[in-house]
Amino acid sequence: MLDRLTDILSSNALITAFALVGLLMLGCNLAARYLTGGRIHGSAIAIAAGLVLAYVGGIATGGEDGLADIAVFSGLGVMGGSMLRDFAIVATAFGVDLAELKKAGMNGVIALFVGLAVPFTIGAAIAYAFGYTDPVAVTTIGAGAATYIVGPVTGTAIGAGSELIALSIAIGLVKSISVMIFTPVVARRIQLNNPSAALVFGGMMGTTSGVAAGLAATDARLVPYGAMTATFYTGFGCLLGPSVFYLVVRSLIGG
Amino acid sequence: MVIYGVALLAACLLVGKLLGAVLGMAMGIDANVGGVGIAMLLLVFCVYRLQRAGCFDDRAQAGLSFWSSLYIPIVVAMAASQNVLGAVSGGPVALVGGLVVVAISFALVPVIARLGKGKYAKPMDAMSEDDGQSGQRQAPHA
Repeated sequence: MLDRLTDILSSNALITAFALVGLLMLGCNLAARYLTGGRIHGSAIAIAAGLVLAYVGGIATGGEDGLADIAVFSGLGVMGGSMLRDFAIVATAFGVDLAELKKAGMNGVIALFVGLAVPFTIGAAIAYAFGYTDPVAVTTIGAGAATYIVGPVTGTAIGAGSELIALSIAIGLVKSISVMIFTPVVARRIQLNNPSAALVFGGMMGTTSGVAAGLAATDARLVPYGAMTATFYTGFGCLLGPSVFYLVVRSLIGG
Repeated sequence: MVIYGVALLAACLLVGKLLGAVLGMAMGIDANVGGVGIAMLLLVFCVYRLQRAGCFDDRAQAGLSFWSSLYIPIVVAMAASQNVLGAVSGGPVALVGGLVVVAISFALVPVIARLGKGKYAKPMDAMSEDDGQSGQRQAPHA
C-alpha cells in the first residue's frame, strides 16, 4: 500500500509538488494569522519553512537540491527550477508601471555597478583577512560574494582549484539565503517600499533567487522591479569578474 | 482565450532568453545577460500595444495573471530545493563573507535609491490582507 502511494507520488512529481506547496502555504498563512497576529507575512514564513526543509533534505540525502533530492519530492525541483521560475517572474511584469521604470532606470544601472563592486571588494578583503593571499583565490572568493554563479565562472576562467570554487559557491549561497531571510526583516528600515527602491535593491543584491524570494516575502508588487535589474547582475558579474576585477586584485597583491 | 496570454508570455521569455544569450556571446562570456529582464520589458511593451489595439481581452489577461499569482508558491518550491546544507557547511569565510556583503549592500540601497529622480518615489499603499498576491494584477500606483 505504502509502495503504491510513493509510486503515485513520485511518478506525478510535479503534481505532488503543487499539492505539497499549497499545503505548506496554507499552514504558513494560518500560522501568520494566528501565531504572529498578521505581523509576519505568510509568504515569508513559507519561504523560511522551505529553506528549513531544504536543509533537512540535504542532511537526509547529502545531495545539492535540498528536499527535491528525495524521490517523492523531486517535483519541487521542477516547480522551483529556473524554467518555471523565470516564466513566473516574467509574468509579474504584467502590472509594471512604465513611468516608474523610466524614473528609476538610471538608478538601477548605478546600483548594478555599485552592487558588483561592493561584494567584489568586501569578499576579496575578507578572503585576504582569512589568510588567502593568492590573487586567483582572492578573486574567486570575491566573485562568489557576487553570486554563486559569478564565483565558479570567474574561478574557472582564471584557473582556480575545485576547493576554491566550492568555497565561492558556498559564500554565494550564504548571500542568496540571507537575502531571502533578512529582506522582509529590514525592508522598512532601508525604505524598500516603492518601485524605485526595488529596482535599486535588485541591482544591489543581484542574486535572482534571493531578490525574488526576499521581495515576495516583503511586498509581491515590488517583485517585477527588483527581478528586472537582478537578472542583469549575474551576466555583468561574469563579464567583470575574470577581467577587470582579476586585474585589479593582481595589481594590488601581485602574483 | 487564456492560451493567448500564456503563449504571449512564453514567446516573450523565449525571445528574451535568446537575446540574452546573444548579448552574452557578443560580450564573449558563457552566460545569459539579462534574458529575463529583456523578456519582462518585451512583455510590458507587447501588452501595452495589444491593449491599445483592443485585441487583448480579459480571458487572455487571465493567462498572464494566473502565472503571476503562482509566483510565490514557485519561490517557496525554489527555496525548498536550495543547497542550504552547502551554505551552512562552507565554513567561516563563507558565512562571514556572505553576511557582511549582504549587510553592507542593504545599507547602500536607500543611498542609491535617493539619487536623481528616484527621490520622488513614494511608498506604495498598504498591502491588502490576502496572501500578498492580489496587488500584482492592478498596476501599482506609487
